[in-house]
Amino acid sequence: MKRRLLLLAAALVCAPALAHKASDAYLTIERAGPTLAGRLDIALRDLDNAIGLDANADGDITWGEVRVRATAITAYALPRLAMSSAGVRCPLVATELRIDTHTDGAYAVLTLAGTCPERGPTLTLDYRLFEGIDPQHRGLLNFIDGGRSHSAVFTADTPRRSVGGESAGPLAQFATYAEEGVFHIWSGFDHVLFLLSLLLPAVLVRRNGAWVACDSLRAATLDVVKVVTAFTVAHSITLTLAALAIVELPSRWVESAIALSVVLAALNNLHPIVANGRWVAAFGFGLLHGFGFAGALRGLGLPTGSLALSLAGFNLGVEAGQLAIVLVFLPLAFLSRSTWAYRRLALGGGSIVTAAVASTWLVERAFDTSVFSALAAR
Amino acid sequence: MGSMERAIPPRTFLAALGLASALAAAPAPAEPFVPASDAVVLESLPEKGDPALAALRRMRADLATNPLDPARALPVARLALDAARTLGDPRFLGQAQAALAPWLTGENVPAPMLLLRATIRQSQHEFAGALVDLDRLLAARPAYAQARLTRASVLTVVGRYADARRDCAALTRLASPLVAAACDAGPASLAGDADAAYHALLAAPRRASDSTEVREWALTIAAEIAARRGDFAGAEGHFKAARALAPRDAYLKGAYADFLLDRGCAREVAALLRDDSRNDGLLLRLALAEARLPDARTAYETHGADLAARFDAARRRGDSMHRREEARFRLDVQGDASAAVALARANWSVQREPADLRILIEAARAADDAGALAMAAAWIAVNRLEDAALAAPSPAR
Repeated sequence: MKRRLLLLAAALVCAPALAHKASDAYLTIERAGPTLAGRLDIALRDLDNAIGLDANADGDITWGEVRVRATAITAYALPRLAMSSAGVRCPLVATELRIDTHTDGAYAVLTLAGTCPERGPTLTLDYRLFEGIDPQHRGLLNFIDGGRSHSAVFTADTPRRSVGGESAGPLAQFATYAEEGVFHIWSGFDHVLFLLSLLLPAVLVRRNGAWVACDSLRAATLDVVKVVTAFTVAHSITLTLAALAIVELPSRWVESAIALSVVLAALNNLHPIVANGRWVAAFGFGLLHGFGFAGALRGLGLPTGSLALSLAGFNLGVEAGQLAIVLVFLPLAFLSRSTWAYRRLALGGGSIVTAAVASTWLVERAFDTSVFSALAAR
Repeated sequence: MGSMERAIPPRTFLAALGLASALAAAPAPAEPFVPASDAVVLESLPEKGDPALAALRRMRADLATNPLDPARALPVARLALDAARTLGDPRFLGQAQAALAPWLTGENVPAPMLLLRATIRQSQHEFAGALVDLDRLLAARPAYAQARLTRASVLTVVGRYADARRDCAALTRLASPLVAAACDAGPASLAGDADAAYHALLAAPRRASDSTEVREWALTIAAEIAARRGDFAGAEGHFKAARALAPRDAYLKGAYADFLLDRGCAREVAALLRDDSRNDGLLLRLALAEARLPDARTAYETHGADLAARFDAARRRGDSMHRREEARFRLDVQGDASAAVALARANWSVQREPADLRILIEAARAADDAGALAMAAAWIAVNRLEDAALAAPSPAR
């Protein structure tokens, strides 16, 4: 014990003067439309630590030693640097390897180029260089978007950051997120099908075990308003809670439960258990759908500086998109409510198809597989 | 000791340096290049010519084959921490952290790993976290000598001298007399007992089992106490003896450079630190020395600009470990008293070593910050601190 103590005393006693520059890499990314261009400066010492550059082990790293490892450097760096826009990955390539000198030594400079298939207000970056090798390492990002530059720091604890989004001013940012919200409800078939499944019976009433046309537009409208309001209030609550990271649920669980909610809503039209209290179901399942919206919002990335504004914009966009669907649905449904086609085709057939489709989602999401590709593979 | 260097009128230098640092701070990255030939040497690794670091590299490679083997991980972490301390290079701290990572998740961290984590936290100036680990360790194993010594050191840095001395007292039964005396001398000398602590340290019997590192550490403490007591000849002797034992030790070099700067020996400092420009703390002392040397004007401008860039880089990565050094840089190199006093105040809220107090007082005087001065005066009075450097403004400042 004593011997070891004496050997260790110096290292473990004096407060070290950590005075060297720490391990940093510098990432500069400029966005112009869908195109990303930039450079990544990585210290040669860090690369040597991760993949080995000093081939002849003489303690000196020469350009020749770096040059022959160009492929290995790219193969190390690129998989550890992911960028995505609107939840869709922006593939990156490294086009060139050069050298630059910073105050603390030589750096390998990778020239980067990429394209984002989806337009989103922010760019989400996932940076994992030297993960597990050097927890002291930091990635220093300079993101240039529309002439404005944003900086962020990646650490071992925060490898994922969303940047940009607030560049065009608060109003434009609000509008961008509102637009994304509309887009999300319209393209999110699960939410639309759920809502429609609950709305289809709104122009009908249940009498003696069968659906018959309801008499007044007022009653039908009231039913629609009750369902839509309950759904809106519920998903707004959970969207906010999840976006602010107050409540977090695993996305696979949420997505599966959303699929289940669609199945149940459709089956309820075929064999009604809840006929006139559908707004209660809309509220209960709406809570789940809010978590789903939050997942989509996370994919877009929320600028930390103006979280509330973006969240409100997105939520309002979702409501506006939903209202538009209702405004198209209600008159059409009300006018055709007494027809055979409405009751048999729209309500009956539509609910069967919805239940079938949503069941497929449920299986896919719960078991993380694709039903059709699994069938096709047989 | 060399001749006193003439103090240079600082304005010309500040003007030149202002320009240089403005250039350094401007986001104008040089264009990357393709070196002229394969033979161009781009970087020299610290392992070059250092057998201990070469051994560390081999041991890390060996650990990578079995990262869950504590018999491999512990020596790697210890050696890496040692390198982080002697070289002042945080990359080695990262290596120590990475080696220990498999044991640091969860609640039941094994004792040796907990000690090393406390040391890493201390190195990152997370003193509260380090104390949590050390308290837990010592509650379970009160006779863990290394943990007591480390806790005494952390408690000293944060200014809890009485608590530190209690740990050192416990060490008399657990470690060699020199270790116990050196442990106690620091906090004792900062809490009104400098004379007794100094003599107890000099009188402590040296044992054959006391390693070179322990001897060097004890000599450095003796030198710092002697300098604070105004015994400059004694301090010079201790510094030289310590330097003979550990010529590469960055902490010791920095302490000796400070001592020489206070004595007006800028030329000796420039020679001592000529090859240490990669270490920010030593580069700062080098620049302070060059500021006083008329023939080092070019080097001073370059080094000042480098320092500005380094502090800027540290701020960009969210680092607050170098506030003491940065305060000194803002005050003594850039002449920005208000920035300096803000940094010195923030630094003082975290660590309370004599150098932290000194920069607080100097920056507060320059910025006419009566509140900071009162805070410093109260600390000196409560702890009955004796420090020659605080009594009178140092020469050539």
